[in-house]
Amino acid sequence: MRIWKYGDDINTDMLFPGKYTYTAATAEEIKPHLLEDLDAEFAGNVHEGDLLFAGKNFGCGSSREQPVVGLKAVGVQAIVAKGFARIFYRAAINQGLLLVECPEAVDAYKDGDEVKLDAKAGILEVAGKQYTFPKLPPEILAIRDAGGLLPYTMAKLQARK
Amino acid sequence: MGKTFAEKVLAKKSGQAEVVPGQIVIVEPEHLLTHDNTSAIIGKIGGEIKQYGVARPDMPIIVLDHVIPAVDEKTATNHFKIREYVKANKLPHFYDIGQGICHQVVVEKGLARPGDILVGSDSHTCMYGAVGAFCTGIDRTEAAALILMGKTWLRVPDTIKMTLTGTLQPGVTAKDLVLHIIGDIGADGANYQAVEFHGNIGALSIDDRLVIANMGIEMGAKIAVFPVDDKTRKWLAAAGLKESEYEAVWADPDAKYIRELTYDLSKIVPVVAAPHKVDNVKPVSELEGIPINQFLLGTCTNGRLSDLELAADILDGHKVAEGSRFLVLPASKEIYEAALDKGVIARLSRAGALVLPPGCGPCLGAHQGCLAPGEKCLSTSNRNFKGRMGCKDAEIYLASPATVAASAITGTLTDPRKVLSGVSK
Repeated sequence: MRIWKYGDDINTDMLFPGKYTYTAATAEEIKPHLLEDLDAEFAGNVHEGDLLFAGKNFGCGSSREQPVVGLKAVGVQAIVAKGFARIFYRAAINQGLLLVECPEAVDAYKDGDEVKLDAKAGILEVAGKQYTFPKLPPEILAIRDAGGLLPYTMAKLQARK
Repeated sequence: MGKTFAEKVLAKKSGQAEVVPGQIVIVEPEHLLTHDNTSAIIGKIGGEIKQYGVARPDMPIIVLDHVIPAVDEKTATNHFKIREYVKANKLPHFYDIGQGICHQVVVEKGLARPGDILVGSDSHTCMYGAVGAFCTGIDRTEAAALILMGKTWLRVPDTIKMTLTGTLQPGVTAKDLVLHIIGDIGADGANYQAVEFHGNIGALSIDDRLVIANMGIEMGAKIAVFPVDDKTRKWLAAAGLKESEYEAVWADPDAKYIRELTYDLSKIVPVVAAPHKVDNVKPVSELEGIPINQFLLGTCTNGRLSDLELAADILDGHKVAEGSRFLVLPASKEIYEAALDKGVIARLSRAGALVLPPGCGPCLGAHQGCLAPGEKCLSTSNRNFKGRMGCKDAEIYLASPATVAASAITGTLTDPRKVLSGVSK
């Protein structure tokens, strides 16, 4: 598992450039451009189970779900940050991607530290120290646990019939 | 205890006597705005739309504005699929290419009513707070679910109260004010929160309020909202909305706020947001002389008639500096035609501006006016992020229409007050 560490105010243009927003729509089309203007190494080297660590206001800017769709598709476990911008936060719930808001853990993390994540228990361990992070309200957790908003919506529509 | 604007709207729309910050409510937004991204949205739910239909056909507003006219087969096909979808589902609120930028079209057509909830798969949906609507950005997947279900969840936000005093000085605009505020509280200064503007609101025109509410997202705000006053009622009447057709909502005097801030408009000076963050705000006077390759006047932030007129007034008797290019995009067809009728377009063109069709254009770097490595752009748009205008090795500075026009004369970043006072004439 690799940890990719970034700073504050990482905006959605850095995570997925605007110039591709009307040409790349599917996860496969999105993947090669992930974090293109932030870290040229990322798209070619990210693996399933990797984690992102970042500062405050992660995902600010355009309402762009493509980075979330792409990060979920390449198997990123979670994004750990000091804070998330609200549209990005909703987008992650809607794609079923775990966001961990935990400034203390981000501050504590140093290159090479061992990191363990227990999503169910809501515990993140950095270099042997445990941090808890806030859980989503139950009605919102249900969306993420369904695998995202579309599977959740389909289930509701079918139940209605 | 008194309630904020957000608490009142969300209580009413979720059918509850009262709600508190942090509470999750279910609402049926009056409108859902989508644009060129409608193609990707309906692509997620093509089968379901056929099977279940659009939950509330009068809810979607679709405006084609981001890449118009289409630049290639792919974008043309996107537009084609959207037109077919509109026809098949008999959607009444569709605006094809050339009508303008989605947010401007929504307010001009009277679709954003005070007290209503509007959501849009575009972050600048927050703009209609200028006319007292509760409006905020969502993503494409949520837009898809809304098309099928007609409802979504919202978390009741805490609210920041910003009180404005005094009036703006000549050469200083609402753009300078909102950039100043963003520089003050930071790009996440209002994250997850609502922002209410109080105080000397009458000193600001509706165009000014639209600029400020539009930039609410650049401080992280969920909504950025103004009270409805005589100016709003008059403006809405011109947009075809009678007072009997809406119910304005405003905060109680004893509402509880998480933070209260006061800004004296008379102390604001022309500012720029320097690369690559919107909260990297500095007085123009500190950065004067930076050479600029491209000037951009337009976008949902600053492409209104008053912006174009202000720029034309400053450029009168001058020419765009040799070696620079000046792009102008009126925010809508209505604005474009008004600017034609008033001779504003001719004045801008004769001063050396290149006038483009109403649309988003260069702002998002998908087409029109992209930058080359090493180039600098001074723009009235809302984002100066790295790569935003198509090139990660270019730099974008954000400023007011006055600063952009004044700088276009010299080809370098220039304080508009110098041109207005005749210093550089």
